[in-house]
Amino acid sequence: MASQISQDTIIRIEGVSKKFGRLQAVDNVSMEIKRGEFFALVGPSGCGKTTLLRLLAGFETPDAGRILIEGRDMTGVTANHRPVNMLFQSYAIFPHMNVETNVSYGLKIARRPRDEIMARTEEALGLVKLSGYEKSHPDELSGGQRQRVALARALVMRPAVLLLDEPLSALDAKLREAMQLEMVHLQKTVGITFLIVTHDQSEALSMAGRIAVMHQGSVRQIAPPGELYEAPNCRFVADFIGKINLFEGTARPADQPGRVRVHTEKLGILELQGDAEGSVTLAVRPEKIIISHEPGGLEGQISLHGTVMDIAYFGGHSKLFIDIGAGQPLMAEITNSNRNGGPRVAPGDRVRCGWRAVDTLLLTE
Amino acid sequence: MEPWRKAPAVFVANLLPPAAWLGVFFVLPLSLLWLYSFGDKVGITGIDINWTLANYARAADPLYLGILIKSVWIAGAATLTCLMIGLPVALAISFAPRHVQPWLLLLIILPFWTNLLIRTYALIAVLRTNGHVNYVLEWLWSAGDGLLNLIGLGGYQILGTGFTPWSLLYNDAAVVTGLVYVHLPFMVLPLYAALYRLDRSLIEASLDLGAGHLRTFFYVIAPLVLPGIASGVIITFIPALGAYLTPDLLGGTDSQMIANVIERQFKAANDWPFGSALSFLLMYITFFGLAVRSLLAGRRGGGVSA
Repeated sequence: MASQISQDTIIRIEGVSKKFGRLQAVDNVSMEIKRGEFFALVGPSGCGKTTLLRLLAGFETPDAGRILIEGRDMTGVTANHRPVNMLFQSYAIFPHMNVETNVSYGLKIARRPRDEIMARTEEALGLVKLSGYEKSHPDELSGGQRQRVALARALVMRPAVLLLDEPLSALDAKLREAMQLEMVHLQKTVGITFLIVTHDQSEALSMAGRIAVMHQGSVRQIAPPGELYEAPNCRFVADFIGKINLFEGTARPADQPGRVRVHTEKLGILELQGDAEGSVTLAVRPEKIIISHEPGGLEGQISLHGTVMDIAYFGGHSKLFIDIGAGQPLMAEITNSNRNGGPRVAPGDRVRCGWRAVDTLLLTE
Repeated sequence: MEPWRKAPAVFVANLLPPAAWLGVFFVLPLSLLWLYSFGDKVGITGIDINWTLANYARAADPLYLGILIKSVWIAGAATLTCLMIGLPVALAISFAPRHVQPWLLLLIILPFWTNLLIRTYALIAVLRTNGHVNYVLEWLWSAGDGLLNLIGLGGYQILGTGFTPWSLLYNDAAVVTGLVYVHLPFMVLPLYAALYRLDRSLIEASLDLGAGHLRTFFYVIAPLVLPGIASGVIITFIPALGAYLTPDLLGGTDSQMIANVIERQFKAANDWPFGSALSFLLMYITFFGLAVRSLLAGRRGGGVSA
C-alpha cells in the first residue's frame, strides 16, 4: 500500500467518518498532509476539527475509513504506539512533576539511555526558551511558560507530526500574536509537520501553509491562505474566512463563451467571467471597495451609491458600514494612511462605492 | 470572616442550636467518659474520680495490648483489601459513560439502605458450613469428581474421598470479609471523587507520550489521586478499627476486637473507668491516623483531593 503514496505525504486520511450518538462529527473526510508542512484545520465550533485531530492521535476510533501515518495504516494502533504527539488545549502538564520530569517523561517511557534523555530534554527546553527552568514546578509557571513546557514535552519525542489542539486559545491577545510567530519559526527550525486545529481563521491564515476549512463534519476547501481568501469555492468558506459582502442573484450563460450574466437586486445585471446557471452568490471583500465622494462610475467598475451609517475605527484602518438600500449594509475598509488628513468620510455622507469586476467572486454553492 | 461582626445576633442564632446539640450529646458525655477514665470503680455503680492512671496502665497489659494490636491488624487488612477492590471499582465507575455513573454509585451505596445486623446475618448464611459458598464448592467438587470418573481417573481419589466443607465463619478471615463488605463504599466514594476531578487530558497526554495503561496508572493517575487514596484509607480504617458487630457475629473466640472488649467493660464487667480508658486510647489512635492524613495532604498540595 505504501508504494501508492508519494514520498512527501505524511498523513493520509481516507474516507474517515465518526459518529457520537446521533451527531455525525466527522463525515467521510479525505485529505493528505505533506511532510514538513504547517497545516491548519479551521471551522466553527462543532465542525469536527477536534474530533479529526483526536482520531489522528488515536484517542477516538473511526467508524469508517482509515488513517495512514508515514504510509502505515493506523487502524488498531493505540495512541501510545502512534508516531504523533499532541499539544493539548489545556496543556495537560503533569502537576506532580517538575519541568524536566515532564519533558523527559516520554523518553523515560521509551527507555532511552540516560545521557540521551538528558541531552534531548536540554535541547527541547532550549528550543522553547525555557533553559534554566528545569527544576521549576508547573504551578510556578505562567500560562505561556506552561504551554512551552507542553511544546517541549511533545517535540522532545521527535514525532512525525505534532498535533496542536487550539494551542493559543488560552493566551491573551498580545502573547498569542507573539506565540504565533514563534511557532512558525519553531516549525521551520525543527522541520516537524505541524497540524494545528483552531476556530480562529485569522490565526490559521497567519500561521499555516495550507488550510482545510471544515463545516458540519466535512471538508469544504483545502488551499493555501491566499487562495482561500481570494478564491473561496463556496459561500461558507467565503463567509468564514475574513469579512465579505454577499449578494444573492441568478445566473445564465452570456453570449460569449466562458462568461455569465448575473442578475442581482442591488447590482443590476453584471457580466462576469465564469460558468454558472441558476441561483448564485456574488461576493466582494471590504478592502476591494473604493470609496469616493464623486458621483458616477469608472470604466470596468461596479458602482453603488449609499449613505455611510457607521464607522468603526481600528487604528490602521477603518470599517465603513454603508446603507445601500434594502438588506445588509455594505462593508468597506479604508486605510488611514494619512496622519493629518482628517476623516475622509463621516457618517451621513453620500458616497460612491466602486470595485473592479475582477474582484467580484462568483459563488455557485 | 468579617460579616458575623456586623450581625452578631444572626450569627449567634445560627450557631446556638448546633452548638447546643453538640454540647449536650457529644462534648458532655465524652467529657464524662474522659473523667471516668481517671477514676476507680466503687461498689456497683459508683465511680471515684481520683486522677489515677491505673486504667491506662492496665490497657498496656499484654492481654489487652494484644487485642488492640490485633484490632489494628484486622482493620488494616480489611482496609487494604478494600483498597484493592475499591480502586478498580472506582476507576471503572469514573470511566463509565457520564449518564451511567450515578446508577453505578447508587449500586455502591445500596447496601447502606439495609440494617447492618441484617446484612451481617445474610453474610453468615453465605459463609456458614452449609451456606451458599460451600454449596457452590460442593457442586464444583462433584462436577470435578464426576469428570475424573468420566476420564477414568476416578479410582485415584485426586480430590479426596468426599467433599469437606470449608470453615469460612468464626475466624479472622470471616471478620476481615465482613469488614470489607461493610466498609467498601467508604473506600469507593472518596476514590471516585478524586478520580472524577482528575483532568482526563493528563491521562491522554501520558498515553500520547507512549505510556501504556498500566504505566499511566502508576506514574500519573495514582500519584495524582493519592490524597483521595489517603482519605479512603483513613475513612475506612477508622470505623473498621472500632467495629463491634462484625467481629461479634462473624469472629471466633480469639478474633474479638477492641470494641468488643470495651463493650464488655461497660456491660458484663461493669468497669466503666477501664472501658472509658480503652475508648480514649482507641480515639487517640484515630486522631493519630487523621494527623498523618493531614500531613500527607499538606505535603502534596498539587494533587487532587477528595
